[in-house]
Amino acid sequence: MTVRGVATRVKGLKVRRRLESGAHELVTPEGVDLRLRVGSYGDRFVALLLDFLILMGALIGLTLGVLAVAAATKLQGVGEVLGVIWLLGAFLLRNFYFLFFEIQPKAATPGKRVMGLRVIAADGGRLTADAVFARNAMREIEVFLPMTFLFARGQGVDAALIGLGTLWSGVFVLFPLFNRDRRRLGDLAAGTMVVKAPRKVLQPDLADTDRAASGGLTFTHVQLDAYGIKELHVLEDVIRSADRKAQAEVAARIRAKIGWEGPTDIADRTFLNAYYAGLRGRLESRMLFGHRRKDKFDVS
Amino acid sequence: MAELQLKSWRFRAEREADWRRLETLLAKAEAGGAARLRRDEILELPLLYRQALSSLSVARSISLDQSLTAYLESLCTRAYFIVYGARTRLPERIARFFLRDWPAAVRSIWRETLVAFAITAVATVVGYLLVQRDPDWFYSFMDPGLAAGRDPLASTAALKATLYAKPDAREGLSLLASFLFTHNSQIALFSFALGVAFGLPTAALMVQNGGMLGAFLALFVSRGLGPQAVGWLMIHGTTELFALVLSGASGFAIGWSVAFPGARTRVDAVAAAGRRAATVMVGVVVMLLVAGLLEGFARQLVQDDLVRYAVAASMLALWLAYFYWPRRAQP
Repeated sequence: MTVRGVATRVKGLKVRRRLESGAHELVTPEGVDLRLRVGSYGDRFVALLLDFLILMGALIGLTLGVLAVAAATKLQGVGEVLGVIWLLGAFLLRNFYFLFFEIQPKAATPGKRVMGLRVIAADGGRLTADAVFARNAMREIEVFLPMTFLFARGQGVDAALIGLGTLWSGVFVLFPLFNRDRRRLGDLAAGTMVVKAPRKVLQPDLADTDRAASGGLTFTHVQLDAYGIKELHVLEDVIRSADRKAQAEVAARIRAKIGWEGPTDIADRTFLNAYYAGLRGRLESRMLFGHRRKDKFDVS
Repeated sequence: MAELQLKSWRFRAEREADWRRLETLLAKAEAGGAARLRRDEILELPLLYRQALSSLSVARSISLDQSLTAYLESLCTRAYFIVYGARTRLPERIARFFLRDWPAAVRSIWRETLVAFAITAVATVVGYLLVQRDPDWFYSFMDPGLAAGRDPLASTAALKATLYAKPDAREGLSLLASFLFTHNSQIALFSFALGVAFGLPTAALMVQNGGMLGAFLALFVSRGLGPQAVGWLMIHGTTELFALVLSGASGFAIGWSVAFPGARTRVDAVAAAGRRAATVMVGVVVMLLVAGLLEGFARQLVQDDLVRYAVAASMLALWLAYFYWPRRAQP
């Protein structure tokens, strides 16, 4: 490659917008970026554990059910039918549990649903059944192959081979650690990924319901200019958390910072609400004029 | 000074009802698919979705209420997947799979299928020749569990008996069938999944499988039971081996796209190959189910060599015609 070619490539790389880690850009045909968050390792691991627990529970239930029927009937011919039911049931559970749930509109197994995860096609298109099948068939070598190697026992050359096999299959297991979208091998083979898509409830607007509760407190511009957007969001979290101790602490801090000289007998919650409404109004109106104040250190 | 009403508050108050309406529709659609929605609701959904999207854009630029933006993001994401994730209903999808998708996917990997077939065939011949020279090789190919007493130490009469084992009142046949089916399917899925490692482990599995077949045949031919053994094996073998060749081929298709992605990026190429191969694999599971039934029932019930050959040949012809018979390209 020529020097110039390298330069253009580097330039091209620079132009690309850097996404913060864990974010996935999905622009709808209407041109809005949904800013999805990639499912974290912890969430996905817990989801997998939950699913395996459910699977095991179902298998045990199936076995017990089959045994119970066998004990109850005590007929000669029934044993075989029950054996067939058990074998096929176990096969279906192992291979089609994930498939069944992920082709539903919610595109998530019960474990994933609990953790607020869902499967999407990485290009944002529709999630097809063959993609879901591919991503789950790959589980064979991501989960079952390493397990086979782990539980295999041998001596001499066999032991060395098993060791190498474990290392080799480890590559498949640890695959999600080495790419930005945390995709596992099955995700890659199917062109899918797992994102965090929790169901959010619309909470009351703090600048609305508590307007009366703000007690008609007013703040000067100087007082409101003490903080930026980051602090506003922390304040929102504190108010919504309803943690009295934290609220008292934050209220005391703000009072000290802005040099509050108004009435001192108002409840912390009321004070925080009033300050939140004031600060949000101030920051939002400045934002309309093109100034987005990141945090309290952002002075311009 | 805070204005009497914040702009972002007014913005929310004006649109909140629509968001809530969208939320109800989504809950309904997510619970039972779009089919649960009434006609007017279906018409309403995209409108509300676009409205919510535009609300999201506005909220991001004028509102600092982070719970509001988070809510809108979650709402729009849910709506996006319902609106653009249009799906056909299950019966239609199954029909489409058997009529078009599966044969088309199988045809699209014909090169890999030939390679997988060649590997199996070569391995079979090698296994056959090796065991013919020195029967001890038999033990390196065959898994003792699968051989079930059919080894060079067994007497000719015993070997012959295994080929024509009369079922005792058909006891255990369906159990055997389902065991064989689940066992083979798991192996097929394995050779598909192992394709990601450039297809090499898949090739190794195919070699092992072919070698086993060759060793088995060599043993029976050495006792003068060749044609009978072929009949015993092929009554289900044409279906089963075909399925295993296809699963190997789909593994190769993935492995090939990992190694040589062509004009596309590697990620895109692998995803495309993976989906195509997955379609083949769903079908392979169906084929193995048929093979399991043939193996568990037909083989034990049909004792005549000629009939066995006839079943084997007609199954093979059926599969070949189904997959490769030229048909009109559909829109």
